[in-house]
Amino acid sequence: MTYTKHVMQVAGVLGLGALLVACAPEQESTLESGYDYATAETQAMQDEDIDNPGFLWVDIGEGNFEKVEGEAGKSCAECHGEGASGLKGATASYPKYSERDGKLSTVQDEINNCRTSRMKAKAWKWESDEMLGMTAFVKLQSRGMPVNVSTTGKAAPFYAAGKKFYEERRGGLDLSCKSCHTDYAGISIRANILTNGLPNGFPTYRLKWQKVGSLHRRFRGCNKNVRSTPYKQGADEYTNLELYITAKANGMPIETPAVRN
Amino acid sequence: MAKKPRIKVPKKAKAGQIIQIKTLYSHKMETGNRKNSKTGKLIPRMIVNNFSCSFNGKEVISVTIHPAVAANPYFAFFAKVTESGTFDFVWTDDAGKKVPAQAKITVS
Repeated sequence: MTYTKHVMQVAGVLGLGALLVACAPEQESTLESGYDYATAETQAMQDEDIDNPGFLWVDIGEGNFEKVEGEAGKSCAECHGEGASGLKGATASYPKYSERDGKLSTVQDEINNCRTSRMKAKAWKWESDEMLGMTAFVKLQSRGMPVNVSTTGKAAPFYAAGKKFYEERRGGLDLSCKSCHTDYAGISIRANILTNGLPNGFPTYRLKWQKVGSLHRRFRGCNKNVRSTPYKQGADEYTNLELYITAKANGMPIETPAVRN
Repeated sequence: MAKKPRIKVPKKAKAGQIIQIKTLYSHKMETGNRKNSKTGKLIPRMIVNNFSCSFNGKEVISVTIHPAVAANPYFAFFAKVTESGTFDFVWTDDAGKKVPAQAKITVS
């Protein structure tokens, strides 16, 4: 599941294997999904859907998908098809620029926009079981498909802001995201192994949390660990960062709902 | 938010075959050893203390669970089936709440 393997798979089909691998920039070829850093036991939990506790939340999402809510008397399934059949591959390009908001829009923003403007129902809180469940369920429809976010055009300034955030030192420990996740990936930080910090498995079931959590919750945890004040879930800073690191994972298969330690 | 237990039992099996059963149940499994960070008081224990499975009324497995088990307990075990029937699962928590679930199997 490494980036290298993926490139080789594609390249193999084209018959250009050796050429492409030789040309691949060194840094990118070493990027690995959090799955590759996990222990065999954690990987086994993710490999089988019945063993994966993240599916408890997917079940919530699936249940709410068919449920009619709000004044408009609609359910998600009415527009997006039975069992989210219309959403296959839809989330692979998120976060993306939205003309409606004039800024980046995440899957969570899209869900709440549908709820408030189309269904006339109440918006869900970012870290609620309903929101996590729906996000996981919708993203599950794109599982195995490559991440494919745009960093050009109108998304470019947001991508640049995300990159700046990633490389900016912050907090009492004066560390940037880059310090750990780019410069020292693969090295232990106390009992944990630092990963490349790629978000292709979110929302993910984290064993430490003993529940499913959003990517922005993970950002907050990281920010607190370096003794800086975290932003709120859904803040523009985090959405920009989400775009930047999702772009780093471009081409990797979506793993939602992943299991991580 | 109530989550349904997840159960995996093969739909069909041959008589005498040994099948694997997997279950995943959603529970916070509060150990009773944690303190509320604001008040300093112990958070009362609330775990699933028993899980049992029976086949056509006959017990297959019964498990007594202690606080060291993590949230969302997962059990996998084997059973030998000789006839068609129903597996009944029950999770019992400290408040005495019983959550049942069923799965059918056809044996040929």
